[in-house]
Amino acid sequence: MNPGVNTNAQRPATAAVAAPASGWAIELEKINKRFGAVHANKDIDLKVARGTIHGIVGENGAGKSTLMSILYGFYTADSGTIRVDGVEQAITDSRHALALGIGMVHQHFMLVDNFSVLENVVLGAEDSGLLKPSLDRARRELDRLESEYDLEVDPDAIIEDISVGQQQRVEILKALYRGAETLILDEPTGVLTPREADDLFRVLETLRAQGKTVILITHKLREIMAITDNVSVMRQGEMVATLKTAETSPEQLAELMVGRRVLLRVEKGTATPGRTLLEVDNLVVADDMGVPRVKGVSFAVRAGEIVGIAGVSGNGQSELLEAITGMREARSGGVRLNGNPIRLRGDDGAARARAAGLAHVPEDRQRMGLVTAFMEWENAILGYSTSPEYRRGMLLDIAAAKRQAAEQIARFDVRPADIMLKTALFSGGNQQKIVLAREMDRDPAVLVVGQPTRGVDIGAIEFIHNQIIAMRDAGKAILLVSVELDEIRSLADRILVMFDGVIVGEADPATATEGELGLMMAGIAGPAGETHP
Amino acid sequence: MDFPAVLSLLDATVRLSTPLLLACLAGLYSERSGVFDIGLEGKMLMAAFAAGAVAALTGSAWAGLVAAIIVSILTSLLQGAAAISLKGNQLIAGVAINMLAAGLTTFLGQQWFRQGGRTPQLSGNGRFGAIELPFAHEIGQLPILGPIYEELISGHHILVYIAFLAVPVTAYVLYRTRFGLRLRAVGENPKAVDTAGISVIRLRYQAVLITGVLCGIAGAYFSIAQGSGFGNNMTAGKGFIALAALIFAKWKPVPAMFTCLLFGFLDAAQIRLQGTSLGGIEIPVQAIQALPYILTVVLLAGFIGKAVGPKAGGVPYTKER
Amino acid sequence: MSALRPLPRWADVLVLPLLNLALAFIVSGLVVLGIGHNPFMAVWAIVTGAFGTGYGIGYTLYYATNFVFAGLAVAVAAHGGLFNIGGNGQAYVAGLGVILVALALQDTHWLLIAPLAILAAAVFGGFWGFVPGWLQAKRGSHVVITTIMFNFIASALMIYMLNRVLKPAGVSGPESAMIAEGARMPKLGQFFPPFNYTPVNFAIFLAIAALIGTYVLVWHTRFGYALRVMGQNPAAARYAGISNSRMIMLTMTLSGALAGMVAFNEVLGVQNRLVLDFVADAGFVGIAVALMGRNHPVGIAFAALLFGALYQGGNELQYVISGLDRTVVVIIQALVILFTGAMEGLFRPGLQRTLMLFSPQQTETAIDRSTVRSES
Repeated sequence: MNPGVNTNAQRPATAAVAAPASGWAIELEKINKRFGAVHANKDIDLKVARGTIHGIVGENGAGKSTLMSILYGFYTADSGTIRVDGVEQAITDSRHALALGIGMVHQHFMLVDNFSVLENVVLGAEDSGLLKPSLDRARRELDRLESEYDLEVDPDAIIEDISVGQQQRVEILKALYRGAETLILDEPTGVLTPREADDLFRVLETLRAQGKTVILITHKLREIMAITDNVSVMRQGEMVATLKTAETSPEQLAELMVGRRVLLRVEKGTATPGRTLLEVDNLVVADDMGVPRVKGVSFAVRAGEIVGIAGVSGNGQSELLEAITGMREARSGGVRLNGNPIRLRGDDGAARARAAGLAHVPEDRQRMGLVTAFMEWENAILGYSTSPEYRRGMLLDIAAAKRQAAEQIARFDVRPADIMLKTALFSGGNQQKIVLAREMDRDPAVLVVGQPTRGVDIGAIEFIHNQIIAMRDAGKAILLVSVELDEIRSLADRILVMFDGVIVGEADPATATEGELGLMMAGIAGPAGETHP
Repeated sequence: MDFPAVLSLLDATVRLSTPLLLACLAGLYSERSGVFDIGLEGKMLMAAFAAGAVAALTGSAWAGLVAAIIVSILTSLLQGAAAISLKGNQLIAGVAINMLAAGLTTFLGQQWFRQGGRTPQLSGNGRFGAIELPFAHEIGQLPILGPIYEELISGHHILVYIAFLAVPVTAYVLYRTRFGLRLRAVGENPKAVDTAGISVIRLRYQAVLITGVLCGIAGAYFSIAQGSGFGNNMTAGKGFIALAALIFAKWKPVPAMFTCLLFGFLDAAQIRLQGTSLGGIEIPVQAIQALPYILTVVLLAGFIGKAVGPKAGGVPYTKER
Repeated sequence: MSALRPLPRWADVLVLPLLNLALAFIVSGLVVLGIGHNPFMAVWAIVTGAFGTGYGIGYTLYYATNFVFAGLAVAVAAHGGLFNIGGNGQAYVAGLGVILVALALQDTHWLLIAPLAILAAAVFGGFWGFVPGWLQAKRGSHVVITTIMFNFIASALMIYMLNRVLKPAGVSGPESAMIAEGARMPKLGQFFPPFNYTPVNFAIFLAIAALIGTYVLVWHTRFGYALRVMGQNPAAARYAGISNSRMIMLTMTLSGALAGMVAFNEVLGVQNRLVLDFVADAGFVGIAVALMGRNHPVGIAFAALLFGALYQGGNELQYVISGLDRTVVVIIQALVILFTGAMEGLFRPGLQRTLMLFSPQQTETAIDRSTVRSES
């Protein structure tokens, strides 16, 4: 999140959606939720009419998932009211929410892989101690639901054998079986093929026709325009607008989503790119579940330039970063540094990437970039412990490591400047500086950076941005991946937008507008307004 | 080998596989719910001691059995508390329980009975006797089927019958009841169970309780059915063979029964096979003794099919955020 | 909301283990009390039995030698996030290596045999650790289960070897031939009379060397660094280009080799031949020692001494208090493992909160650090 950034975006008054004839299914008033210092939901108002499909759009960190988790009983709001069908309720847990008719289809399915569809549907909603009557009733009920909502699934199929799209149907059936009248779907199409996504939309429309209410959380504007009746836009914890879908356009929504912000403009001279240092050739990368997340990405980064990859999180950026830096084996395609292909296979691929001259500031510093239990100086050599300058005969040259760590701390103004302090005790910003100091200190040819200012305070952000620019001016090739659009816009010399595993377009930061970028990030248009499926 | 010798071998197989089967099924409940249990040995030992001690004091084998079950449940709950509520390392908890059992049983045995760790010799009602099934004698007159009925099927301790009965019961519970469905679910994906509004902790404790009951019966078998009193370390590693059998059977009840029978057979055979040879090479008895363990390792290595345990096994469940 | 400040190092290394030990003693004391004996007298008997005489100290040191090796084996694996409970089997198989070397070089001086015996023990024990390591790294088999199985396989193997292969003619029990006098490790009692008639021998110097060597390895080498990274955070290891699979295999081999040193002590220094079950469960005591010693050589040294004292004192117990014997020690040992390893959750949060109470300044700093502030 970018605290302190002024939003002088227009806030169109919440469209006068008068109380519909069928009443409001859900009303949220002045909902507030804080997690520590993070104000995830600020005074949110939301009204969802019964029998409609209501979309909620926003970038990462906008607060959409938090809001829905409150509705579903996972969290409790700090303040505010919830009304279900006009009656005020205090939703204590998911069972309560289900009893009120609110069902949720999670982004990560809550299914038991080696159970059948029937068993998963029945789990937790069994009628009695013996399974058979429950299974029989469920089978009959599923039959009915399937024909009513056109949700064909084989009840005896085992979950791990069926496609992701069908698994999602099971999740929907689970909610319907428990009598859900309002269904919340959280980023449902992230794991689906385009065909499966279309099937899903058909189902949603059938649900609406049958009088159900659907809340669709998504960052993909195409979906919003395709099937929702109303859409609410959230940005940085606030509800920015609620509009009738028919009365708005993707451009307007994109602008609202992304915001016309006062950019944190960094002092940046023009770039003078030299020869190509990093080349990515047709990379295809799958995630841990075998689902392809990077579906053929190619680009190049030259010396002395910053290439920024923009996009909403979950579109393959993480897998792309991991593949380029040797942390994850690509299914096909390759990476070349200075024209030479890097051999990235094996579980120590990252070592070879580093040896070739590629430094990596990872997206998730606590999970990957640091060992938080180590002392600071021990993290200063993470990834470089085998390099000659830290070798003293058979031993690790601890004195040299500590000297280097102290230098890095001084140069990057890490506070407190204590190389013996346990890394877990540094603030987020300082931890990030430790990682940056380490990677930049190696004088790499290529620097790959993911989410450099996530969880970092303002003062550190500016410092980090300046360091990245300095590296560029020193002739390094820098690949920057960030979900913060203004970070990309202020730092990058070239912007590539990634959506659904491919690069959907390129933009010049000097001339591209938020609207254009927002549309690309939401999968609507490429350069020159082409539509992508 | 002639027919009576074969019968005798099979008879021994049944007797030797009984404690394995009980312990194996005990472990099945725990592990299916996601709680690794390598403390089967310790629980059985505690139970065997309790059974031997109480049976000696009261003269009643049934009292011994009850005592065994209670002690085993308590031990199981202790291990469970460490694993489930305190979210400790389940494997270390198992190792500790095994060691504690070995020490406590010898210690208390020596203190209370002063016979070098043994409990007094049991006789009469103090131990479970062989049960003759109806018409054993009459049917026994028939050729082939007769002796099978009279020797092999009839004439075992009641605990043997309980053990083999426990197999279909377990299969039924696991696959045909609500409890079984939830149990299996919580070992694969506790988050799914939690979001369905079911208490993960309660389910796991229930599983651990059942483990205690079955281990209690298994332990009692050693001291008041098969033997006539508790002897130092009388479980002699059977708890680990049961664990091996559980893995080999891929955590399913009916394969568990066959695996335990196989391992019991190996145990019965190794005594009888001493001195015989296969193709001119004398089979060392230790090779047969080691066979269950070797087979398990081979299976774990994935060389004869995969042994994929419950996915959430060994990891304490924490609600996120 | 768990802004519990992590424990300062001294509390983690000293206070927690002492608390666990105290609880273990208290519970055992209750058991002893329940039997009708005086727990304080029992403790006193143990202490005097272990340290009261040269004889006692000698035996204590002898036990401690084995426990150092076993503890280091567990600790090294633990630093890499692996739980090696196969110490018993690894030590047992290592005995094979030692006796083969010793018998083959019967007429050589022990100074020449010893290094070779150490090497053989390391190779045999290391192999017995390597296989489960390989299975974990390449086939995904859980190292705990495989090492348990390997303990039993080792037992069967060694019984066979003792009965069929190594037993000389004319000997009735399962044991190997004796090692020649000149080949045996000298006992300390030869040089230091108070230790006469005790088994403590030159292997203790190897134990000290192993402690120092392990310290250097884990905290001063590249291997040790990679080991600790993998143990703390396998994802960070992948990020750093450390091959987790290679590290697992190397670590388990090293762990097995360390456990194998128990065989060096026993076979070459004490028994002077290979006997049945000479390991006497040292592998499991090693777990307790490693847990108590927080996997650090200094802690392990103290813990090994402690358990050595418990063992020796426990042996003497029966002469002082009729009715008690060394099984009390087994109980204490089991409780230590239970409390230190499995029930950490019992003490740690409480201790964290207590320490935070004593230092509101520290609490503030901790909360400060986790809040986003524009100070840098």
